Amino acid sequence: MITDKTVLGSETQEYFINMGPQHPSTHGVLRLLLTLDGEIIRKVEPHMGYIHRSIEKMCEKDSYQQIVHLTDRMDYLSCHINNEAVCLTVEQGLQLEIPERVKVIRTIISELTRLSSHQLWWGVMGMDLGAITTFLYGFRDREMITDIFEETCGARLTMNYNVPGGLMFDIHPNFQKRTKDFISYFKTKLPEYKELLTGNVIFEERTKGIGYISKEDVISYGVTGPSGRGSGFSCDIRKHHPYSAYDRVQFKEILYEDGDSYARYMVRMDEMVESMHIIEQLIDNIPEGDYKAKTKAVIKLPAGEYYKRVETARGELGVYIISDNKKSPYRVKFRSPGFSNLSALDTMARGCKIADLVAMMSTLDLVIPDIDR
Amino acid sequence: MTLLNFSIYDFSALINSIDAWLVETFSPTLGHLIGLVLVGTCFLIFTALLGLSLVYIERKICAFFQQRLGPMRVGFWGTAQTVADIIKLLFKESLITKKSDKFLFNLAAFVIMMAPFIVLSAIPFAKGLQALDLNIGLFFIISVSSIGVTGILLAGWSSNNKYSLIGAMRSGAQIVSYELSVAISLMTIVILTGSLQLSEIIASQSDGWWIFKGNIPAIIAFGVYIIASTAETNRGPFDMAEAESEITAGFHTEYSGIKFAFFFLAEYVNFFIISAVGATVFFGGWMPLHIGDATFFNSAMDVIPPIVWFFGKIAVIMFFIMWFKWTFPRLRIDQLLTLEWKYLLPISIINLLLMSIVALKGWHF
Repeated sequence: MITDKTVLGSETQEYFINMGPQHPSTHGVLRLLLTLDGEIIRKVEPHMGYIHRSIEKMCEKDSYQQIVHLTDRMDYLSCHINNEAVCLTVEQGLQLEIPERVKVIRTIISELTRLSSHQLWWGVMGMDLGAITTFLYGFRDREMITDIFEETCGARLTMNYNVPGGLMFDIHPNFQKRTKDFISYFKTKLPEYKELLTGNVIFEERTKGIGYISKEDVISYGVTGPSGRGSGFSCDIRKHHPYSAYDRVQFKEILYEDGDSYARYMVRMDEMVESMHIIEQLIDNIPEGDYKAKTKAVIKLPAGEYYKRVETARGELGVYIISDNKKSPYRVKFRSPGFSNLSALDTMARGCKIADLVAMMSTLDLVIPDIDR
Repeated sequence: MTLLNFSIYDFSALINSIDAWLVETFSPTLGHLIGLVLVGTCFLIFTALLGLSLVYIERKICAFFQQRLGPMRVGFWGTAQTVADIIKLLFKESLITKKSDKFLFNLAAFVIMMAPFIVLSAIPFAKGLQALDLNIGLFFIISVSSIGVTGILLAGWSSNNKYSLIGAMRSGAQIVSYELSVAISLMTIVILTGSLQLSEIIASQSDGWWIFKGNIPAIIAFGVYIIASTAETNRGPFDMAEAESEITAGFHTEYSGIKFAFFFLAEYVNFFIISAVGATVFFGGWMPLHIGDATFFNSAMDVIPPIVWFFGKIAVIMFFIMWFKWTFPRLRIDQLLTLEWKYLLPISIINLLLMSIVALKGWHF
C-alpha cells in the first residue's frame, strides 16, 4: 500500500500511523490504521475487537429477562432503546398484548434517551474540534435527564427499565412534572448550543463540505440513523416501521441532502427539537393501566426466528433471535448501527486531513462497545 | 546602601543604589557579576511564580466560562492546586522513549525555556525596572522569541513518535508563518514612534496610547497582532501543534515530569510575553492613561503605580486571549496557513502602508 513519489525533487513516502486504541478522540478502544501522505489521509482501516465481550454468545446462556441487561452494555448512550428492542422481539415471539401505558412510557423514555445521547454527542463533537467548553454545556443539560432517569429507573446510565412484557416498575410520581420542566428548560438552552457551535465561522469551515458521502454509498454501506439521514437516506424506523407509541405522534423525519459533516451535525441538532416535540405530545396523555403485562416466570419463545428493529440514537438496531423453545435462545444476533456506520469512514475520509477525520468520527457518533459487542 | 529612595513609581533609584552598593562592597567586576546573577535569579523566581499563578488563573477563568468552579480543594479556593501539581511533576519519573535521540530529547526542554527567558530581559515592567533597554529592543524580542520553535522541532524530531513529529511540523509551519504578521503589525507602530527602543516607545505614549492616537491603522494592527501572536504561542483556537483530540499532545507527547513542566511553563511565559509586548506597544506599557494636556486627569491617573498599570493591561489582554481559547473550535492546519498567508499578511502589509501615509500626512493624534 505504501507508495513513493517525488515532490520538488525529493522523494516522499506514505507512512502508517496507529490512531488508537488509546487515543483521545476515538472515544474508546477503536484502532484506526491510517495511511498518511503528510497530513493527508490515503486510507483508513478500522481494527476492532478491543472491547469484544461476546454479548451475543452470552445471550445463548441467559434467560430472556437476562438478555435485556446485556444490551445496556452495547450502546450505553441509548441503553433504554436497546432494552426496548430486545423486549419488543421477545413480546413479538410471545404475541403478548402490551398495555398502552407501557408503550407511551417506553416512547417518552426512548426520546429522553435520544436527547441525552445527542446532548453528549454535541458536547463531544465540540471537544473533538477543540472547543472544550461545549463538553461541559452538554453535560450540564444531560444531568437533568439522568436525574429524571435516576428517580424513575434507579439508575442513571444503564437503566434496565424494560422487561419482556412491560416495565420493571411504574414511573415515579414526579416523572411528568420533571420531564415537562426539563423540556421548557432545554428549549431555552438549545439556542445557546447554536450560538456556541453551529453559527461559529471556524466550526462551519471545519465541517461544511468535509467528509462527503453520497446517498448511494450510504445505502450500500448500510449507514443508518442521523448519519444516513445527513445524506438524504430516509431510514427512520420510527417513521417507516412504527413501534411502541410512535404511530400516534406527529414528528418530522429530518433529512439533509448535503452528505457532509455539517449535514450530519444539523440532523442531530434538529432531531433534538423533534424529540422534545414527541415528548410534549405524550407526557400529558399517559394512559392509566398496568405497567406490565402478565408473563410467565420462565419465558420460552416458540421455536422460530424473530426479528425486530428500532431506531436508536445512532441508527437502526436489529435484534434477531432464533428460538428452539427453550428458556434461552438458540442464537442471537444484533445488527448494531455503529458497526455499519464505521464501515463508511474510509470512503468519507480519503483525501481529508487528520483533523477532518476526527470531526467525521464525531459526526458518525461512534460508540465503540456498540461496534464490538 | 539605602532603601530610602525606593519608590513604587520609579524603580531606577532603587536599582541604581543596589548597583552602587554592590560595586562599593565588592570589586567593580565582581559587583557587576553578582548583579547579573541577582537579575537572573529574580527572573527565575518571577517565571516560576508567573507559571504557577497563570495556570491557576487560566483554570479558574476557563472554569467560570464552563459553568463550573475549577480547583477548589487544595488551599483556599484551590489556590495551592498548582503548587501541588508542580510537586507531583517534580517527583514524577522522567521517561525517555526507546530509540529516541536522548541528547536532543533532553536539550529540547531547555531550548524551549531559553527563548522566553532571554526575551523577558527586554520587557519593561515599570519605570526603571527593565534588565536590558536595547536600542533595538523590539527587534531583539521578535528575533529571540523565534528561537522557541527550534525547541519544538527538536522535541518532535527526537521523540521517535509520529504524533510528535506531525505536531512539530505543524508548529514549525505555523510559528514561522505567523511571525511575519506579528512583526509587521508591531512595525506599524514603530513608524509612529521612530524608535525600536522600548523605553522610547513607552515615552512616546505619555500623551495617550498608540491604540487611541494611531488612528484606524493602529486598531487594525492590534487586531492582527492579537490573532497572530495567539497563533505564535500555540494557544487555542490555533493550538494545532498540540491538538489533543487529533495528535494526542503533539510535540510534547513523550515528555513527562519536570521536562513536561518546562514545556508547560514556556508556553505560559510566552503567553505573558506576547501580552506584555502588546501592552507595551499598543497600550503604553507601564504608562498610565493620559489624555493630551488634561493635566488634572493625567495626574489623577499617575496616582496608580506604573507596575499596576502594566500588569493590569496584561491581565486584560490575557483575559481576551483566554476567552478565545475557551470559546472557539480549533482550525485545521491548512486553514490556519490560509488565514495567515491570504488574509493576515496582506492586511498587515497594506496596513503598514496605510500607517506610513497616516504618519506622513500627520493624521494621527
